[in-house]
Amino acid sequence: MSLLIPDSGLLFWMLLIFAVVFAILAKFGFPVITKMIAKRRDHIDNSLRLAEEAEVKLGQIKQEHARIIAQAREEQNRILKEAAQERDNIIRMAQTQAQDEARKILDEAKTRIDAEKESALREIRSQVALLSVQIAGKVIRKNLESDQAQIDLVTRLLDEANTSRAIKNN
Amino acid sequence: MKQGLKNILLSAAAAITVFVMAQTPAFAATDTTATADMAATDTAATQEAGSEEGGNGEVDVQGIIFGHINDSYEWHITDIGGKSIAIYLPVIIHSKTSGWHCFLSSKIAHGHEYEGFYISTSEKYDGKIVERGPDGEEIRPFDISITKNVLSLIISSALLVTLILCCARWYKKHDVLKEAPKGVAALLEPVIEMINDDVIKDAVGPNYARYSPYLLTAFFFILINNLLGIIPIFPGGANLTGNIAVTFVLALCTFLAVNLTTNGHYWREIFWPEAPMWIKPILIPIEMFGMFTKPLSLMIRLFANIMAGHALILCIVSMIFITIKMGAIIGGSMTVVSVGFGIFMDCFEILVAFIQAYVFTILSAVFIGLAQERPHAEGHKN
Repeated sequence: MSLLIPDSGLLFWMLLIFAVVFAILAKFGFPVITKMIAKRRDHIDNSLRLAEEAEVKLGQIKQEHARIIAQAREEQNRILKEAAQERDNIIRMAQTQAQDEARKILDEAKTRIDAEKESALREIRSQVALLSVQIAGKVIRKNLESDQAQIDLVTRLLDEANTSRAIKNN
Repeated sequence: MKQGLKNILLSAAAAITVFVMAQTPAFAATDTTATADMAATDTAATQEAGSEEGGNGEVDVQGIIFGHINDSYEWHITDIGGKSIAIYLPVIIHSKTSGWHCFLSSKIAHGHEYEGFYISTSEKYDGKIVERGPDGEEIRPFDISITKNVLSLIISSALLVTLILCCARWYKKHDVLKEAPKGVAALLEPVIEMINDDVIKDAVGPNYARYSPYLLTAFFFILINNLLGIIPIFPGGANLTGNIAVTFVLALCTFLAVNLTTNGHYWREIFWPEAPMWIKPILIPIEMFGMFTKPLSLMIRLFANIMAGHALILCIVSMIFITIKMGAIIGGSMTVVSVGFGIFMDCFEILVAFIQAYVFTILSAVFIGLAQERPHAEGHKN
């Protein structure tokens, strides 16, 4: 049973030594270590949080980047489309202009042709009239060699003139 | 594992020494004192007793075991060629009649008497220094000798303080934010962090920082003494944490930490618990009893576990010397079995050394945490 009875000497030394050990360690030992560990843990936590924030920020920047690129591409497309449109417009305008020009030229040519034709016709007509007068003169001169024939003609002409006047009066 | 193997080799070596000694005829017994009387003498004396018995063909296992488990006035290391190698420690005693005395324990070794003091073999003061009273009876003086356990305590405490201060010094000298710990700091930091964060912080609650130095000191104190106890030769091998005085002081510290720093709610829970009126007369004594049983359980648990571990290893080693008398085949095979068991037990004791330190710390933390309890309403609000 002596095992279960604390020995006074050991008790005394144990109290003394444990108190000293505790005092030393509680003053210079453990608080220093635990404080430093806590400090480092805080630092690590902080760093992790910062890293996370940086990552989020980086993600945002990436997104922004992608957005800007997409915008630029859109702009490019728009500009290209506009350029194409412009080109088409220019071509169309040029075409219409050319058509107009061509039509104008054609019209001019037609009017000139018409004018030429008219003048040609007029010339022909005058020539025909002249010729017919000459022919008629010749024919008349030949027919009116007899007196009777001259009288018949004058009579007929007079009739004709009368009838035409009568019609006009009516 | 390596450590355990080394330990068992060392214990085997020590045991063989004992065995050789037991076979030496020089130690042949003349004294045939009853085994029970010898059960709790100091190591040297018991091993002599063992050898005396050995002369009769018996190994005094009980004597060996109790000789190891109990304290002694000298630190017996081994015997070589019949010569005992021991460190004799200073005896400091105060007698009521003759005042203070201080001398080396070699003066009272082997049954010698010095200045009226001698080591008792009686049942009452077995193995302790006594002086002869006027009418022949033994009187126990006030004894604060540096015994084996005290020396072991001094060594382990010095080691502990050195280790922890080395660790603390590293943190003072280095920028903790820029460098990873090295050496002692790297060894101790994970343990300190684990105990501080996982055990103390969780169990004690918000103002854990106030208690963490004590709990960490207790943890490392128990751990280092447990581990030193497993090492079979000097400066290890003392059964310090398996001594009731040591565990008593540790439990007392926990008791004080719990009861001196608590709040009014704790005392209210004990002396006026929230219960129906008729149950209070039953509850109050139970609560008051519980106040003391908690540290008492801490004390007994640590003491019993470590002591039993030491006793068991010694039993296993002693088995070699008991069975060797039964012939070569039984003795040889049992030696193999014993060594195998011994290796297992030593590894197991390393585990127990940690577990017991851990359990003591976690339970102390829990007791402190319970005493810090807030009233329920406030607890719900939080």
